[in-house]
Amino acid sequence: MIKNFLSLEWKSFFRSASFGKGLAIKILMVFLALYFITIFLGLGIILYPALKKGFPDQNPLTIVNSVLFYWIIGDLVFRFFFQKLPVMIVKPLLVLPIKRREIVNYVLGKSVTSFFNFLPLFAIIPFGITLLIEGYPTVSVLTWMLTLMLVSLIINFLNFIIESFSSEIELSFLPIISIVGGLFALNYFNIISFSQIFSNGFNAIYNTPILIVIPVLILIGLYVVNFKLLRKKLFLDSGLKEKVKEIETSNLDWTKNFGAIAPFMQLDLKLIWRNKRTKSSVWMLLLGLFYGLYFYSKPIYQDMPWFFAFIGIFSTGTFLINFGQFIPAWDSGYYKLLMSQNIKYEQYLQSKFTLMALSVVILFVLGIPYVFFGWKILLAHFVAAIYNVGVNTHVILYGGSFNRKKIDLSQKAAFNYQGTGAVQWLIGIPLLLIPMGIFALFYFLIGFELACLVLAILGILGIVFHQKIMKGITAKYVQSKYKMIDAFNQNN
Amino acid sequence: MIVTSNLSKKYSGNLVLNIESLEIPKGQSFGLVGNNGAGKTTYFSLLLDLIQPTTGFIITKDIQVNESEDWKPFTSAFIDESFLIGYLTAEEYFYFIGELRNQNKADVDALVAQFEDFFHGEILNQKKYLRDLSKGNQKKVGIVAALIGNPEVIILDEPFANLDPTTQIRLKGIIKDLAEKQGVTVLVSSHDLMHVTDVCERIVVLEKGEVVKDLATNATTLKELEAHFAGTEVV
Repeated sequence: MIKNFLSLEWKSFFRSASFGKGLAIKILMVFLALYFITIFLGLGIILYPALKKGFPDQNPLTIVNSVLFYWIIGDLVFRFFFQKLPVMIVKPLLVLPIKRREIVNYVLGKSVTSFFNFLPLFAIIPFGITLLIEGYPTVSVLTWMLTLMLVSLIINFLNFIIESFSSEIELSFLPIISIVGGLFALNYFNIISFSQIFSNGFNAIYNTPILIVIPVLILIGLYVVNFKLLRKKLFLDSGLKEKVKEIETSNLDWTKNFGAIAPFMQLDLKLIWRNKRTKSSVWMLLLGLFYGLYFYSKPIYQDMPWFFAFIGIFSTGTFLINFGQFIPAWDSGYYKLLMSQNIKYEQYLQSKFTLMALSVVILFVLGIPYVFFGWKILLAHFVAAIYNVGVNTHVILYGGSFNRKKIDLSQKAAFNYQGTGAVQWLIGIPLLLIPMGIFALFYFLIGFELACLVLAILGILGIVFHQKIMKGITAKYVQSKYKMIDAFNQNN
Repeated sequence: MIVTSNLSKKYSGNLVLNIESLEIPKGQSFGLVGNNGAGKTTYFSLLLDLIQPTTGFIITKDIQVNESEDWKPFTSAFIDESFLIGYLTAEEYFYFIGELRNQNKADVDALVAQFEDFFHGEILNQKKYLRDLSKGNQKKVGIVAALIGNPEVIILDEPFANLDPTTQIRLKGIIKDLAEKQGVTVLVSSHDLMHVTDVCERIVVLEKGEVVKDLATNATTLKELEAHFAGTEVV
């Protein structure tokens, strides 16, 4: 039976219409995986010597045990956002003579082979080997390593339970954030010291290997809970069918201030808020906003002002890049309707422009606290924001006229790269690297202030000639109208 | 009202539509029938300038559809589900279409209210997105949305498919009323010969992209059409 399932998945992978198209993404994912493997491997190798050097009077293993709690909650959060239960097209199997039990076991079993479960091994094994070389008792070390693998699997199954409950509520990430945040806070303020409890637990298993039955029992328990949850969902009217939620509507009357483009803005806002795919680009805003913290908190970057423009463009333009690169594919599902309706193309595009420009302004304002790291940073962000509004919005709208990939909004999943074409990746280069290049060039030739001035002037030029540029972009869209309709009509 | 001349559409050398001349006068209810691949949807798509003709052109009310966009204000259509916006509720969708056609909320409300029995209480105030409605209910929304803004030309592709019998009968009433009383030109395609003969004053049969029959509906039309499609035509 498992052989049949595997062959089905093999076929669905290689025969899918999008196979080969997403090659760039697959390569990217492989590189990401290799990157993490390298980091974990490095960590596993240097951990022991580094701890020995840093804390000569402590046992490195005890130190590692004392921070395992943070690994567990960190891994839990990470998996919640990035690991999904392996999906299988179950519907056609239900009426065939296959036991539901087998389907569930297969899906759960497959989740064990996830990359997330293997990643910790790259750190655990070299660290364990070092321990053995250093003369730690073999049985204890092996038990300890096995325990960590079990914990990794426990996190794996615990995550699916949390996901399955979270998926039924509106703000699905709220439970995980509050649970993990709560645990962390309780621990941090020493109300209940979980890190101590976990540390004691791991130490106990290390000293008394028989205690490993406890994690084994927990793992079995979680598997059974998962099994029951999944089995219940294998009916057409429960898990396989989308829950139809009652929805709240809002009239968004404030958009009326934008005049003729109001209906399109309302549509765009609903588009963003009511589809999972677009909603996730809103959450990317936070990521972009805090992106600067990563750099500015490090002293080396403080001395690299030519780099500020890049971070400025990125952190004020996260939404612009995320949302903008899929214009007009967001509307691909009903593009025929728009094209046969009495609409002005220019208003349609103007609405997208306004949204992107607004997002840049809002992100700039939210990013003002960066002034804490120096006024130069604020100035660089300010000119970057102007450049984003004046130049990048237009560039991305123009790039959209080459967009030929449909996006099926009803499909979800965090790593859904549907609609990503080579052009969309290429567009990132002019958006981010060109302004950084210009800025760096003038910075090294003349100075920081002038480099700021150049970016600002470019942006202002774009804003001044906005109407003219939009006319040109509109013409380009009209020109590729038939090609877009045809492309959006195809089911990948 | 709608003049088609020399219109043809080729896909990689394959001729899928070839209409030498077809004239549809104002206020006519016009039915298009034909088997799969006969070119019905292609013709409607050409009418809406969604695809480019290989040769020839269509003129609606003196406007050539692939040259100017001025036909849009008085033309509306429902071709398939891709005319719906899945993440809106029915009301929001109606208001959105209304705004594009210069109708305020009150206008839209007034129009939609006329179709309450057509909706059968399953469309309005449901707090559901269109993507969560059943296929039949989605179709009802699309058809009613095509009536917003007093269009002079309404194009409906397969409007009867997926609808329940009660709704089919009501829809027939609506279409007849539009053409007879309000002078709207209604273009309908269907696989159901009975429905088209009931509704349309004139029926054109397409076969492999060509017009093979052009009939004014009368008592014997249904028989004639059935004979034609059964392949046992008596001349």
